[in-house]
Amino acid sequence: MDFSLSEEQHMLQESISRLLTTECPLNDIRELVDSGGDCLTEVQQKIAESGVAGILIPENLGGVGLTLLDAALIAESLGGAVAPVPFIASSVMAPVALLEAGSDEQKEKWLPQIASGAAIFGTGVTEQIGNREDRGITASADGLNGTAMFVLDGMSADMLIIADDSGCMHLVDSQASGLSRQKLKTIDRTRTVAEVILDGVTSEPLPGSHSNREPLLKTIDAGRLMLAADTLGAAQYMLEKSIAYAKERKQFNRVIGSFQAVKHMCSEMVAELEPCRSLIWYAAYAGTSIPAEARMMACHAKAHLSEVGQFVARTATEIHGGMGVTDLLGLHYWFKRIGFNRQLLGAPELVREEAARAQGWV
Amino acid sequence: MDLNYSLEHESFRNEVRAFLAANGDKAPTGTIFRKQTKEDLGWQKLLIEHGYAARTIPKEYGGYGAETDILKSYIIADEFARQGVRPGHSGDFRLVPTLLELGTEEQKQQYIAPTVSGEMTWCQGYSEPGAGSDLASLSTKAVVDGDDFVINGQKIWTSGAHYADMIFCLVRTEPDAPKHQGISYLLFPMSTPGIEIRPLVNMTGDATFSEVFFTDVRVPTSQIVGARGEGWFVANATLKHERGGLGDPNQAEERFHSILEMMKQEKIDGVRLIDQPVYRDRLLKLQARILSMKFNGMRILSSSIKGDDPGLAAWIVKLQGCELNHQMAAMAIDILGEIGILYDDSPHLRDAGFWQYSYMLDLGLIIGGGTAQIQKNMIGERALGLPKEPKPQEVE
Ligand SMILES: Cc1cc2nc3c(=O)[nH]c(=O)nc-3n(C[C@H](O)[C@H](O)[C@H](O)COP(=O)(O)OP(=O)(O)OC[C@H]3O[C@@H](n4cnc5c(N)ncnc54)[C@H](O)[C@@H]3O)c2cc1C
Repeated sequence: MDFSLSEEQHMLQESISRLLTTECPLNDIRELVDSGGDCLTEVQQKIAESGVAGILIPENLGGVGLTLLDAALIAESLGGAVAPVPFIASSVMAPVALLEAGSDEQKEKWLPQIASGAAIFGTGVTEQIGNREDRGITASADGLNGTAMFVLDGMSADMLIIADDSGCMHLVDSQASGLSRQKLKTIDRTRTVAEVILDGVTSEPLPGSHSNREPLLKTIDAGRLMLAADTLGAAQYMLEKSIAYAKERKQFNRVIGSFQAVKHMCSEMVAELEPCRSLIWYAAYAGTSIPAEARMMACHAKAHLSEVGQFVARTATEIHGGMGVTDLLGLHYWFKRIGFNRQLLGAPELVREEAARAQGWV
Repeated sequence: MDLNYSLEHESFRNEVRAFLAANGDKAPTGTIFRKQTKEDLGWQKLLIEHGYAARTIPKEYGGYGAETDILKSYIIADEFARQGVRPGHSGDFRLVPTLLELGTEEQKQQYIAPTVSGEMTWCQGYSEPGAGSDLASLSTKAVVDGDDFVINGQKIWTSGAHYADMIFCLVRTEPDAPKHQGISYLLFPMSTPGIEIRPLVNMTGDATFSEVFFTDVRVPTSQIVGARGEGWFVANATLKHERGGLGDPNQAEERFHSILEMMKQEKIDGVRLIDQPVYRDRLLKLQARILSMKFNGMRILSSSIKGDDPGLAAWIVKLQGCELNHQMAAMAIDILGEIGILYDDSPHLRDAGFWQYSYMLDLGLIIGGGTAQIQKNMIGERALGLPKEPKPQEVE
């Protein structure tokens, strides 16, 4: 029984965090998003070189064959750096979908390209979680038709995996004729989501997901887990910034951290956030090793981190006073990343309800 | 991360299960916070013989004398909790570790064995009317007269004082020393002449603690643990053990399952509570917190096995754990609606009134053993390194 990270996992996370600190400073992120860009391509490539793009992909298909826990550690680091690079869709959800439901041929064709960074994948599953505005995708003889909203990493993707209204997942070339996409502007400009309109687009179904929703649900579980881990990293960053600021900013001739009101806000953030780390570790471990608990834990991780993330995001902002809400300081990038993670793939109430379903309560 | 147990620990778990299957029904029920009954003592004796209580306390002091294996101790606690069987104890969980660490050989010989067996019970005489969170300002004084200390003063909130045989007590022996350096830690019988106990009824209706008055109470000077003036440091060794004991996630999980069961049984307008989304969502929110604290506990456990510092994960346990218990009781009351206010032995009462009782008792636990606000000060100052509040020059 060992509830802790391995030496290798510590090293993996440290090396990615170090890479992001040097290669992905806030200034570069600002420049990118101010110019309307979607992805820091150089960072994306360096990350791919380090093996992260193929984190879940088996070694014989060009990846490094690690687990969801390793992937969650990467997501945490990316959240901590508000890194504008595709990871959750391309390196986690798409590989899970392909591994769960792809044909051998599909796996052999696409997984090595994902691992090397040669192909970026986006995923469109939102309508299968909660369909609004009567959207959704139907598959028929003439191909895929309809609209998929909030396709994650959908603008920079070369390939998309899109779920139809039966839960079957399809491989779609983002350049295919009949496909059009437009960027949806969200609060979080460090990630992109697209609206993808399909008009008789030819696609290749992932055969294992035909009349079987389980691969889709596993793909969503993995995505939720990563969003939760991303929030953990972003919230941890905001907490650390707050503590540092509380030790340095003076008012009334004292550092503000000596005021109990401020000190207690810091302690409350720690008290809420620290147990989340263990929840993520367990949920990720369950995703790989305890199938019976995997869905319930992924849902709890997603919903709980959404709640705690929101609390930390607003509290940390308050501790910074007026500076907290300025663009100058840039804390809002983390605030918004946490807000984005909260809504995507199901907001808390909806996801908790799935945790109830996974336990057979409903 | 590897949550599988080794073969050795798997088979140990099976042993514990087999023991509980064969003997679980002999366990007494009800609180252990009372003068121990014959059944209490018999159960404790059986558990020590099997190594399920006082496991690592040396044999010569009445324990089982096993080598420390944190995981085995955890397995014991876990299995007893799962089966809902009352676990044993290691004597007073605050006093015995302190004596083992800092007591004289004579004190160990005299006190540990009867404490571990449950024959000798203790109360903690720290808080005073004028010294609560600021414990070091305590003023009960002890003056040396011949071979004795002579004690005068008052303690308050002394849990179990009305049935305890003995007290471990903080007194001021060096009135001229700085406040943290003038305190001594004494052990003496509650039957010593000059002690008066006045039980205080708490909001649950029970008298679990008392005011304790000392008038010329004579205690031999040999009854001190540590040196004169070092009582603060001895007491902190004890408080450290106390903090480890509160906010236990096993207990939280047990309560969660009771609430879940209740929600599957209880109905409003013929609809089970679990089938009502608003109640269900509140339960799910609590479940996420309970799971987080459980896994946080497992993380601390693994750190201690490896001898690593569990860091922040440990600092937050008292604050979060006690709050969580309180919130669970609050939820159980709310979902029962009007039935939730029934108490004592009322008709229609659920779970013998446990939820209201626990809602009130848990609030006491949020306050006792270092209030929530003091916990937040400690997390901020000791764990995060935020500066202490500047001391005012003069206090009105
Ligand atoms: C159920 C129960 C059992 C107990 N059992 C025992 C026992 O067996 N033996 C024993 O010796 N004691 C016992 N106590 C006493 C307990 O340790 C004290 O009640 C506790 O330390 C608080 O002290 P106080 O009651 O004097 O409150 P105070 O210290 O007067 O606190 C009042 C309020 O002021 C706040 N406050 C005080 N100082 C600060 C500060 N520096 N910063 C921010 N807020 C502050 C507190 O958080 C609290 O909200 C028990 C208490 C309870 C409730």
